[in-house]
Amino acid sequence: MSAGQKLLNWIDDRFPLTASWKAHLSEYYAPKNFNFWYFFGSLALLVLVLQIVTGIFLVMNYQPNAKLAFGSVEYIMRDVDWGWLIRYLHAIGASAFFVVVYLHMFRGLIYGSYRKPRELIWIFGVVIYVALMAEAFMGYLLPWGQMSFWGAQVIINLFNSIPVIGPDIGLWIRGDYVVSGATLNRFFSFHVIAVPIVLLALVVAHIIALHEVGSNNPDGIEIKKHKDANGIPLDGIPFHPYYTVKDIVGVAVFLIIFSAFVFFWPSGGGILLEPDNFLPANPLVTPPEIRPLWYFTPFYAILRAIPPMFDSQFPGVLVMGLAIVALFFLPWLDRSPVKSIRHRGGLYKFFVAIFVISFIALGYLGMQPVTPVHTLFGRIFSVLYFLFFVLMPWYTRVDKTKPEPERVTFKH
Amino acid sequence: MSIKGGSVQAPTDLKRRKFLVAATAAVGGAGVAVAAVPFIMNMLPSAKALGAGAPVEVDISKLEPGMMIISEWRGQPVWVVNRTPAMLAMLQKNDAMLTDPHSKQDQQPAYCKNATRSIKPEYMVLIGICTHLGCSPTYRPDPVAPDIGSYWTGGWLCACHGSRYDLAARVYQGSPAPLNMVVPPHFYLTDTRIKVGVDPKKGA
Repeated sequence: MSAGQKLLNWIDDRFPLTASWKAHLSEYYAPKNFNFWYFFGSLALLVLVLQIVTGIFLVMNYQPNAKLAFGSVEYIMRDVDWGWLIRYLHAIGASAFFVVVYLHMFRGLIYGSYRKPRELIWIFGVVIYVALMAEAFMGYLLPWGQMSFWGAQVIINLFNSIPVIGPDIGLWIRGDYVVSGATLNRFFSFHVIAVPIVLLALVVAHIIALHEVGSNNPDGIEIKKHKDANGIPLDGIPFHPYYTVKDIVGVAVFLIIFSAFVFFWPSGGGILLEPDNFLPANPLVTPPEIRPLWYFTPFYAILRAIPPMFDSQFPGVLVMGLAIVALFFLPWLDRSPVKSIRHRGGLYKFFVAIFVISFIALGYLGMQPVTPVHTLFGRIFSVLYFLFFVLMPWYTRVDKTKPEPERVTFKH
Repeated sequence: MSIKGGSVQAPTDLKRRKFLVAATAAVGGAGVAVAAVPFIMNMLPSAKALGAGAPVEVDISKLEPGMMIISEWRGQPVWVVNRTPAMLAMLQKNDAMLTDPHSKQDQQPAYCKNATRSIKPEYMVLIGICTHLGCSPTYRPDPVAPDIGSYWTGGWLCACHGSRYDLAARVYQGSPAPLNMVVPPHFYLTDTRIKVGVDPKKGA
């Protein structure tokens, strides 16, 4: 027995190292018909690691202090060796995170990956998405630019609109009457400690739940129905080396696109880094157009579409919240006998198309200034967005479906 | 009761066990709840932040008719506008288009609950924060602004979500903002100095 093998045995007697490797990688059998949509889960993990590593280095030079924060970010950009690269990786990484997460969620949506028995994987995933929004929102305050300041002011005021207790909640979140140094310090604390810990724990729960029930696939059928004599699914292949190698290709393509932005177009035309955020925060003057970053604008457009009711703007806030909460109910709204879009009929595809179009349109409208025409379209697309969820129990049931195949479709 | 060969003879008293579990959970839960209080209170404004809420003085000696100055109280913008007679004359015209033309909502001290929402008609004192989501609106005294509408008699436009206010900071119907902008407590120290953040002394 080699020395390495002896060491491994010594460890395995005390910690399930080999067993964990097998359970989650070398003997975790994933369906063999994964397509490119399956890159985005591992890419999300990659971006999470990227954000944690770049974040650790940014904290070494960043000053969480209302008087010093803006200057310290400029210091990182100009005077710290490679500071510009680490800061751009982190800032553009935030947008990249939402790109891969939105695509990852869309994959789950069209292949029915949220359906029984994967409801909890989906729910953990939506909670990750919410935590990610909190993380991105609080991180955006830290550069202490005009957009940072007024964006935080607007979002915290959403809580203010809750009847009766709202103003006290707003005061409690800010720790001051307005967004101030106290707010900056606590957001820094949440952004670098609290939310990342929660995110990591949720990611672990997401993966444990996935590996418990097994991965879904583009056909939306269970590969565990057909196993060989050893109990291994006939249509399954070990995650390592098959999918680790496949995912490396995805990583390479992702890094090419990501690097192109980081090195050549970090501002993304004012969408990834907003021009107003190059001005230090000024509590007395709101920039002429304030808007959240692109990944929040669909929900922002819904908020703007709802007029005040009963002398309160709370209805708008409530509806915006429901736009996210609706995602949690997806596993129970879908009544179709099949999971994957491949075996569904035209009615379902029509509603998915409506949903995608309204999400993108709302995202666009959320970046535009308020005009009567924009508000009208905002209302139309908000209604369409919700119709996707509200009518789902109906259209998934009456829709024509094709029979699911016994085994996964796979061309050699 | 005796123990022989490692086996427990007495039957388990399930009722007693249930009570102990519930009692432990209740006491432990109360402990957690009490221990959470300092952490939650820790996030409220500190004594320093409360101190910064002290009243401020605004000098309006150089404020020309039609102009606005921005000052600061509690970290929020405080505006003072010197309204011209022409501006004041147009205020009543808007009443039908406003959400709360007669200032019924509690957005101003009692001594400013009047047609001009001010102590002296010409001087409008305001917290310059939109009642929608807290942006600071833009001062647009120009009447009939083409980008707003022909009805416009001057006022404030909030660029964030399009709320519109007239020159008494009363919100137009159809704006996302539900309420008129806040008039802070204030009084005149002299003709050209205003104290903002505190009500006038009684009898003064």
